[in-house]
Amino acid sequence: MAFLHNLGTICILIGIPFFVSGTIGLLRFPDIYTRLHALTKADNVGLGFVVLGLALQAEQWNTVARLLLIWLLVLVASSASCHLVARAALRKKIQPWSRS
Amino acid sequence: MTDAMGIFDIMLALVLPWLGWRLLASPNLFRAVVLFISLGLLMSLAWVRLHAPDVALAEAAIGAGLTGALFLSALRRLERLRDSERRLDYAEKREEEQNLPPEKRRKSKPVAYVLALFLLSVFLLLLGGALLKTPVAPGRLGPAVAGQMGQSGVQSRVTAVLLNFRGYDTLLEVMVLFLAALGVWSLTRVRQTPQEKVPGPVLATLVRLLVPLMITVAGYLVWIGSSRAGGAFQGGAVLAAAGVLLLLANVTVVRQIPSTLLRWALVLGPLLFLLSAVACMSIGGNLLEYPRQSAGSWILLIESATAVSIGVTLAALYAGGRPHEPAAREAIVDKSADTKVKNGEGA
Repeated sequence: MAFLHNLGTICILIGIPFFVSGTIGLLRFPDIYTRLHALTKADNVGLGFVVLGLALQAEQWNTVARLLLIWLLVLVASSASCHLVARAALRKKIQPWSRS
Repeated sequence: MTDAMGIFDIMLALVLPWLGWRLLASPNLFRAVVLFISLGLLMSLAWVRLHAPDVALAEAAIGAGLTGALFLSALRRLERLRDSERRLDYAEKREEEQNLPPEKRRKSKPVAYVLALFLLSVFLLLLGGALLKTPVAPGRLGPAVAGQMGQSGVQSRVTAVLLNFRGYDTLLEVMVLFLAALGVWSLTRVRQTPQEKVPGPVLATLVRLLVPLMITVAGYLVWIGSSRAGGAFQGGAVLAAAGVLLLLANVTVVRQIPSTLLRWALVLGPLLFLLSAVACMSIGGNLLEYPRQSAGSWILLIESATAVSIGVTLAALYAGGRPHEPAAREAIVDKSADTKVKNGEGA
């Protein structure tokens, strides 16, 4: 049990840097498309690790099921809203950033 | 672990007023709305930390989610107005003022500041005096509620207080929401999105996937409310969110709901609540004094009905006007027919 608990903690610790880098990307990237990319990519993987870690530490099976459900819902909601925001930005004719 | 949570609590306590200040001081309305939503989400975290999951759920769903959606739709309407009436843009006005030569700028009046300061201190003094004068309650209410739980008909203390011990307050709250919807409906008709504006494949799939799930969750929240965190307001808010999603996706079915059905759904909760309150009197108790043995069933019935009504009410507030009558709907499609009818009446 202690082994699983520690493994869970490690997973959560792996997940946190993804959130941090996603936030830095949101603050530092040049335009809306790159920021969306940073947010969704990083948060999805980060949340995946955090959920995995919490699932390993969970004491009951139904908690694990609920955590998985939350992860799936966040995945669906965040990717769909990312798509919608990007599409709205494209329709407003916001040009994607390029280095030149 | 407790230390880490303490640091988290302190950060939360610092960030909340800062966010509140930022949102009030922001000249950009869109930014203010986004800040308001994040304030609501952090506030619900604060409620979780205060061991009040019921309030946290309501705050996240109604405070952050639905109120945020209401603000955003109001903002969109404002922007339509803005082309003709630019008065609303405070930031722009201030900028204009700064470009003026110094002698033309508005002077700040010291008298006004002194008066404002004076009124504020009088208000604070009165408030402080009222606080000091209020007698301290002889005992804490928590143990009193815990002692009476046996006759409440439910296991959750929050639900027991909301629907049984202080049912009168909740009845009035439900009425307030109903009145709000009535107010909006009497002001304007809902703005119709053109039928050909279909949602993209992603939004359509999302709606198809989420709406059934949201309705299930709403039912679950109402059901679980008798023993744990949840209840009519939380369930209703989730229902309303499903409604907002349907409205956003411009689903045909929503437009075809007969307005009679909407009206009944709006009235169902308040009416049933009121009827059961009066029924309690006819049985022999006081207003809202449910019979002891069946109190749980009464509460569940009232909660289910109010959840439906709260959901419809909040979604109707988001839609922002009363629905079109079927006849009026056809009239919009065929405007020439409408004028012909009017001319006929005139003759």
